[in-house]
Amino acid sequence: MPTFVYMTRCDGCGHCVDICPSDIMHIDETTRRAYNIEPNMCWECYSCVKACPQHAIDVRGYADFAPLGHSVRVDRDEQKGTIAWKIMFRDGREKNFLSPITTKPWGTAIPKLADVPAPSQEVRDSQLLYSEPKYIRLDEGGLRTLKDAGLKLKKGVYY
Amino acid sequence: MFGNNPFAPAMQSLPSGFMEWYLGLMVAAVVAGVVFDITHKASAKYFFANMKKSRAKGKREVGGGELLSIAAKTAVVDVLASGEFCNTRRRIAHLLTMYGFLVYVATTAIMVFSYPGAPAPIVPTLWWIGAISICAGGYWFWFFIRADVAAEGNSPLRLMRADLFVLSLLASVTLGLIWAWRGGGTGWLFLSYLLATTVLFAGVAWSKFAHMFFKPAAAFEKRVSRADGTAENLPTQTRDDPEQQKRHSMELLRDAPRDMGLGIKREAPRHY
Repeated sequence: MPTFVYMTRCDGCGHCVDICPSDIMHIDETTRRAYNIEPNMCWECYSCVKACPQHAIDVRGYADFAPLGHSVRVDRDEQKGTIAWKIMFRDGREKNFLSPITTKPWGTAIPKLADVPAPSQEVRDSQLLYSEPKYIRLDEGGLRTLKDAGLKLKKGVYY
Repeated sequence: MFGNNPFAPAMQSLPSGFMEWYLGLMVAAVVAGVVFDITHKASAKYFFANMKKSRAKGKREVGGGELLSIAAKTAVVDVLASGEFCNTRRRIAHLLTMYGFLVYVATTAIMVFSYPGAPAPIVPTLWWIGAISICAGGYWFWFFIRADVAAEGNSPLRLMRADLFVLSLLASVTLGLIWAWRGGGTGWLFLSYLLATTVLFAGVAWSKFAHMFFKPAAAFEKRVSRADGTAENLPTQTRDDPEQQKRHSMELLRDAPRDMGLGIKREAPRHY
């Protein structure tokens, strides 16, 4: 289901207008609150839901993970570098998730491409992408795995 | 000029009791407009039904003392300090307009009812300060901060119905200031001032004037829902909680700083 706005919570700040990849979040001309001008074109990417500082935008989650009567809400806390999700099912059960959205302070890990030497013809002809294999650490002893990192695959998380 | 009661000369020329009658009429218009607005949109009905539903889902009972403390916090943070705004410029503009409006309305009533036809100490100066504060906040908002101008790229001179409140307020106050600057009286300026003021207070049902009544109620409800554990179904888990720091998903943030600074919110939303 596409996004919808709780009009009493929206303060018309424009963050959703700015971030919407489909450009369908606009400010209503009468109430000066945000609204989805074309719900059919909404990808349900949740960008506006996460960006809204007032938590005024909501989406009904996909039926495959949260059947009707549920609530899926998100809190993106960029200062703490986390995103939290809460799914409430219609039978009262609750699922909570907390994940990182950055591992370094914002704006400190932007690649300075102007300082990087231009790629040679050999690199251009190669199948590897920019910064590979260095940044995927293939040159540090093969592919990184859960086992290498001392982690275990938890049953029920991946299926 | 700043120390003179601008209503005194006008009240001497007008029929006795006219200004008192007019102010009473405007108060009645605001009450009628708010009641009509609430009834027509059924916003109060929806608000209380939603509040009841939310309370039923509450994980804990919020006592009377706690409710009082939440009411005090709402009054201080959300109402008196306009704490709900995340944009500092909007917050300052709102505070200027809000306090200016309160001072302006209160001093107008004091000058009309307590000092009819007589000079009033300090009150006229406060009236001027209030009116100038409204103009500073209002015009700043109108030309530079409005979302459809700042985020949608529309012309600041485009007029819509949403502008009824801010425009009638600015028209009323600006005309009032010009009228008072020219020494008061009952000419065409005074008539224009009264007309703009009538539009401001009689247009409550069609403008966003009533937000000053329902916004504090919504802010109070938001705080109560946090206190009773429902938090409007929003997630309450944070990285500050030591239990959450042990989560597998938090592995990557183990050595990261507590404050990551601002990401997308570093820039104002104006990339339309």
